[in-house]
Amino acid sequence: MENAAASKSQKVNMIQALNMALHEAMEKDKNVIVFGEDVADPEEGGIVGVTKGLSTKYGELRVRSTPISEQAIVGAAIGAGIVGMRPVAEIMLMNFTTVAMDMIVNHAAKLRFMSGGQTHVPITIRTATGSGLGVGGQHADYYEAWFAHVPGLKVVMPSSPAEAYGLLLSCIEDDDPCIFVENTLLYFAPGTPPVPGTRIPLGKANVIREGNDVTLICYGPHVAPSLAVADALSQENISVEVIDLRTIAPWDKATVLASVAKTRRAVITHEAVKPFGVGAEISSVIHEELFSQLKAPVQRVGAPYSPVPYSKPLETAFMPGIETIKAAVLKTINR
Amino acid sequence: MGLAHTPDRATLLDIYRKMTLIKQNDEKSRAIILSGKIPMVYYSPRGQEVIPSAISVNLKATDNICTIYRGTHDMLAKGVPLKDLWAELAGKSTGTCKGKGGPMHITHPASGVLVTTGIVGSSLPIANGVALASQIRGDGGVAVAYFGDGASNIGAFHEALNMAAVWKLPVIFVCQNNLYGEHTKYEKTTAAKRVADRADSYQIPGVRVDGNDPLAMYDAAKTAIDRARAGDGPTLIEAMTFRFYGHVFGDADRYMDDGEKKAAMANDPVPRFRQWLIDNGHSSDADLSAMETAVGKEIDEAIEAAIAAPFPDVAELRKDVFAEEIPA
Ligand SMILES: Cc1ncc(C[n+]2csc(CCOP(=O)(O)OP(=O)(O)O)c2C)c(N)n1
Ligand SMILES: [Mg+2]
Repeated sequence: MENAAASKSQKVNMIQALNMALHEAMEKDKNVIVFGEDVADPEEGGIVGVTKGLSTKYGELRVRSTPISEQAIVGAAIGAGIVGMRPVAEIMLMNFTTVAMDMIVNHAAKLRFMSGGQTHVPITIRTATGSGLGVGGQHADYYEAWFAHVPGLKVVMPSSPAEAYGLLLSCIEDDDPCIFVENTLLYFAPGTPPVPGTRIPLGKANVIREGNDVTLICYGPHVAPSLAVADALSQENISVEVIDLRTIAPWDKATVLASVAKTRRAVITHEAVKPFGVGAEISSVIHEELFSQLKAPVQRVGAPYSPVPYSKPLETAFMPGIETIKAAVLKTINR
Repeated sequence: MGLAHTPDRATLLDIYRKMTLIKQNDEKSRAIILSGKIPMVYYSPRGQEVIPSAISVNLKATDNICTIYRGTHDMLAKGVPLKDLWAELAGKSTGTCKGKGGPMHITHPASGVLVTTGIVGSSLPIANGVALASQIRGDGGVAVAYFGDGASNIGAFHEALNMAAVWKLPVIFVCQNNLYGEHTKYEKTTAAKRVADRADSYQIPGVRVDGNDPLAMYDAAKTAIDRARAGDGPTLIEAMTFRFYGHVFGDADRYMDDGEKKAAMANDPVPRFRQWLIDNGHSSDADLSAMETAVGKEIDEAIEAAIAAPFPDVAELRKDVFAEEIPA
């Protein structure tokens, strides 16, 4: 089905790309198993269809719709992972990971270390979030900074269909627990199809656009608006280097610092709330390492300090967009 | 029928009025979404009207409920004013929550709607706390936790039942079993044949009742509420029902068996009860029609007012995060 769609338009969306990655992973390694709420085909293969076809092809022994029991879902992934399987557990939305926090934070993240390396937890937790859909305060939060603050968890957020494909496969094949964060608005955006078999390494950022004046660091849903800002500013003779972080933890310090050493200005942007966000860590490291070389203080863009509001005008004001990112970039060059 | 409690005529008509309000409010909700006038995420309670209607006639205005995203029926039955509700659905500053909460988080303490959660299972532990306060204060209040069948598989359900049981809290756990959690069938995910059976583990009464039968539902509710008020502790009620419009509005229902939904809709509890009221001499077609028209008008007015009302100012993002406004 996804192949037909791809050849017709030459584009696939993130749902299709993720579906391709899961098919490939299950085909290649019989230790890959998939479970989560509504993921099997009788339940329509996931709420947006990411897991479509998997249970039909690989059977309901390996692909299971679960009870609404997030703690038990992640716990089962951990247990199966310890004994050599590669579970891909789906937690429908990022807010629901809170129900499984003990399993993720106290167990998945630490079992390798606490066992002195005797056990490890090669699991992937796929989840999704994103504001802009009018779902209010409990269905659109970003917790990547929470997870990044727990040593032992890898946190990944893809920005396009092809990125999602390559990064998900790397997460599944990785020997440590990965939190793979999909974006609900990006799900439906078409993009270049992935090249089958490709992997995008974890922990490596992607310099998507080279520039000399400012480094703009972003990930997930903020990559497209960052590129748009770079385009717009190039009209004004401002050359913006755009870096898609891809992996938030552990993040690619080398690439980011090399870029900022060149441009001597930096902005970090994300959809998550700004205070105590990922931007704070990256900004601090840039200041620690490159303070004397900077031409301006590093700027951060993020959502205001508020739960995600329901009302449309409030939600629009809550979500940082192109204008906010652009203003932050201009601030670093005193315009 | 062997029921311990039967409602008097006024109560029967009150139950039907609530059911009518819920049914019409649902019909108008779906129409307004399709019209594009008020876009919103909507979890229709159509088909589940009887449950909160027959429960709420046994509750006082001061009793409290905690409910879920599929909860407009619970809210309306408890008495949330239509104008406040609709303004919130439209995201307006005049809404129950100033437009900040939206459909999944309607809150109206004045009518006893303390929490509406979008997280499966979270209504139960919080209702326990509300009941605990009543127990400590000795104010005679009871709390109702509404939730679905799927929620009975989450840890919070089990923790809450156990705590309520050991503390004998004045709380009633009402599981609205509509046979599905999102797209997954009850049997596929639930080891207990009946949710009510799970009460045995906590040594509290667990009753399964036809949630589409107003008389049976009234009886079960009154028994549980009287028991809670008397200080004898919690009850788990499993009310059997069906949702007519799938999980979320727009749902294609492909995960259902053919004809399953049709059969449930053919057995619509609202017209069934209406006919029963007439057949048993409690009301007339003319009187019920007049009431139905009046209810419809009230909803239309609330929708119109919601559409005309202003959106909140963006400064609202800095208010209600804490008691103190966050400086700009
Ligand atoms: C902790 C948590 N996990 C998953 C979800 C996503 N979700 C929303 S409603 C729902 C199904 C709930 O089914 P049930 O409890 O039977 O209530 P119903 O919707 O049928 O009224 C799920 C899985 C959620 N909101 N919260
Ligand atoms: Mg249900």
